[in-house]
Amino acid sequence: MSLTIPADGAAPQKNWLEKLGSGHIILAVVLVLYPLVASDFFLTQIGGYSLIFGMLGLSLMMLAGYGGMVSLAQITVGGIAAYAIAILGNNNSNILGFGWPWWLAVPFAVLAAALASTLIGWISVRTEGIYTIMITLAIATATYYFAQQNYAIFNGHSGYAGIRAPAFWGVNWRDPRPFYYLCLGLAVLSYAAVLYGSRSTFGMTLQAIRDNPRRMRALGYHVTAHKVFAWLLAGVIAGFAGVLLVWFNGRVSPGTIGVDAAIDVLIIAVIGGLRHPIGPFLGAVVVVLMQTFAIDIVGAERFNTLIGMVFLVIVFVSPDGILGLWGRIKPQFAQESLRSGP
Amino acid sequence: MTGRQAWGLFGLLVAAVIAWLVFAVWPDWLNAILISKKAFVSAILNGITLAGLYFLVASGFTLIFGLMRNVNLAHGSLYLLGAYIGYEVTSRTGYWLLGVSAGFVVLALVGVVMQVFVFRRLEGDDLRQTLVSIGISIVAADLMLAVWAGGTYQITTPEWLDGALTLPVITAVRSNGATVFLTYPLYRIVVLAAAIVIGVGLWLMLNKTRVGMMIRAGVDDRAMLSASGVNVHAVFAIVFAVGAGLAGFAGVVGGSALSVAPGEDVRYLLASLVVVIVGGMGSITGAAIGALLIGLAEQIGLVYFPTYGIVLTFVIMVVTLAVRPQGIMGKAR
Repeated sequence: MSLTIPADGAAPQKNWLEKLGSGHIILAVVLVLYPLVASDFFLTQIGGYSLIFGMLGLSLMMLAGYGGMVSLAQITVGGIAAYAIAILGNNNSNILGFGWPWWLAVPFAVLAAALASTLIGWISVRTEGIYTIMITLAIATATYYFAQQNYAIFNGHSGYAGIRAPAFWGVNWRDPRPFYYLCLGLAVLSYAAVLYGSRSTFGMTLQAIRDNPRRMRALGYHVTAHKVFAWLLAGVIAGFAGVLLVWFNGRVSPGTIGVDAAIDVLIIAVIGGLRHPIGPFLGAVVVVLMQTFAIDIVGAERFNTLIGMVFLVIVFVSPDGILGLWGRIKPQFAQESLRSGP
Repeated sequence: MTGRQAWGLFGLLVAAVIAWLVFAVWPDWLNAILISKKAFVSAILNGITLAGLYFLVASGFTLIFGLMRNVNLAHGSLYLLGAYIGYEVTSRTGYWLLGVSAGFVVLALVGVVMQVFVFRRLEGDDLRQTLVSIGISIVAADLMLAVWAGGTYQITTPEWLDGALTLPVITAVRSNGATVFLTYPLYRIVVLAAAIVIGVGLWLMLNKTRVGMMIRAGVDDRAMLSASGVNVHAVFAIVFAVGAGLAGFAGVVGGSALSVAPGEDVRYLLASLVVVIVGGMGSITGAAIGALLIGLAEQIGLVYFPTYGIVLTFVIMVVTLAVRPQGIMGKAR
C-alpha cells in the first residue's frame, strides 16, 4: 500500500480558487464590472430586474429541481414580503404604514414570506407532481383576487405606492448603481446558499426524496418535514426578492402578484433550466431582454406571443431549458477538439 | 349507528333546514340576521346556477385530465375562445343557437388538433404537458387580445330565453296580506337544466356505454385495449374533442349570462382547478359536487362578506385537501 503524500506541500484538497471554478470567477468579474459599461437603464431595468426575477426563479428552481415540487406561488410569496414592506414601512397611500425603519421591516417581511411559503408548502406537499402545480396555481390566483378585493390590509386594486429604498451607510440605495450592487449581492448570496445547500446533507436528502420518496420513508426519513423545510428556505429567497421588487417598483399592487407574473417566474426557471441554480438567472436575463426589446421587433403589444412561442420552442426542443441545450452542445465541441487533434 | 348512517342523518337535517329557509315565511329576527329572504334565496339560486356553468367548464377539464392524464392548463383559453366565437356567430347571423353550436364544434376541432399535434407527442410527461399548455394559453390570450381587443362583449340571448320566471317561493308578506313571490331570470334556470342534462349524459356515457368502457379501459391499460383491436388514439381524440367542446359550449353559455372579456380565461381556469381539486380528479359526480360547493360559496360570500368571498372558496379547497387529499369523489392513488 503506497499512499503518496505530496512532498511539495500541495494539499490533496483543492484550494478555494479551484473550488470556486473558473466559470464562477469570470462571471463574478463580469457582473461586478458591468456598471462601468452599462447605462442607468441597463443597470436597473435589465440588470437589477433580471437579478430580482432570477432570485424568484431560483426559489422555484430549488423546490422543483431538488425537491421535485413545481410551485406557481413563488411570486405570491415574494409579493407578501413586498406588501409587508409597504405596510410596516412608509408609503404615501395614507393607509397603514407603521413607519418602521428598514432594518426592522426587512427581517419581518422576509419572515412573513417564509411563513407564508411554509404554509403553502404544508398544504401542497400532500400532493405530487401536477397536483402541486394546480394547487399552488389555485393559491396564487386566490391570493391575487383576495388582494384585489381587500381594502383593509391590501388597499384593494390600487395597492401601495411611494415606497422608497432606504438610505444608510451614506449610500442612497435607490440610485441605479447602489441598487444594482444590492441586487447582485443578495442574488449571489442566495445563489451560493442554494449551491452550498444542494451539496449539504439536507440537500442530498431532499434530492433522494425527490427520486424515491417511498424508499426514503422506509429508511426512516421524515419526508414531509424535509419538503416543508425546503419550502421555508425557498420562502426566504423569494422574500428577499420581494423586498427588492417593491424597492425597485416603488409600489406594489395586486398586478404584482397576478397570474401573469406567477407564470413569468415559471417561464424564467424553465427557459433557464432547473438542473443548476445558474439556470433561473440565465432565464431571467433572456426573458427580461425579450420583454424589453420584443416591442421593437414585433411591434407594440404582441411581445407576449413572442415570449410564449420562445417558451414553447424551448420546452419542445429541450426539456432542460438553455442549460440542457448547452449540455447537449458541449460534448459536440469536445468531440470536435478530439477529432482535430493529431 | 354506522358512520354512513350518521352522515345520512346529518345530510337530511341540513336539507330540511335549507328547505325550511327557502319555503317558509321568515320571522323578522331571521330577516334581520340574513339581510332579507330575497337576498338569501337569490344568493342560493345564483350559486346553484353558477355551479351549472362551472360544472360545464370543469367537466371538460376533469374528463381530459382525470381520464387521459392529459394536463391542459389552456382550458380557460378554450372557454374564452368559445365565448368569442359564439359572440361573432350570434351577432352576425342573429341565431343564438347557431352561436352555441359553433362554440361547441369549433372548440371540439381545436381540441382534436391540440391532442394530435401537441399532447400526443408528450404522452405521459406531465410537467412538459403543463408547461406547453401554459405556453399555449399565453399565446392564445395574446392573440385573442389582438383580434377582439380589450373590450367587454355581451352575447345577446334570444327573446324566448329572456323572461323571468315566478317561482313558488314567498319572499315577503305585505301588510295587506298579499304574498310576494320570487321572480328569477329564466335564462339562468335553463343553463342549470342544460348542465344537469349534460352531466347525466356524460355519466351515462362513461359508465353505461361501450365507448365509456373503452375510455375507462384505455386509461387503466392502454396496451391491452389497443391489443383488443380498439384504436386508442381515436378514442382519446374523441374524449379531448368532447372536453374542449364542452369548454367552448360553456363559453357561449357563460358569455350570454355574464360577459366576455380578457381575463375570463384565468377566472374559469381557476374555477375548474378548484372544482376538480375539491371534487376529485376524473369524477363527473365529483365535478358536480365541487361546482355546487364553489358556486354556492362564491355567491353566498358575495352577499354576506364581499371581501372574503374568494377566501371562502380557498378555505373549502384547503379543508378538502386536509381531510381527503384526493378530493371528495376521487379515488386514492
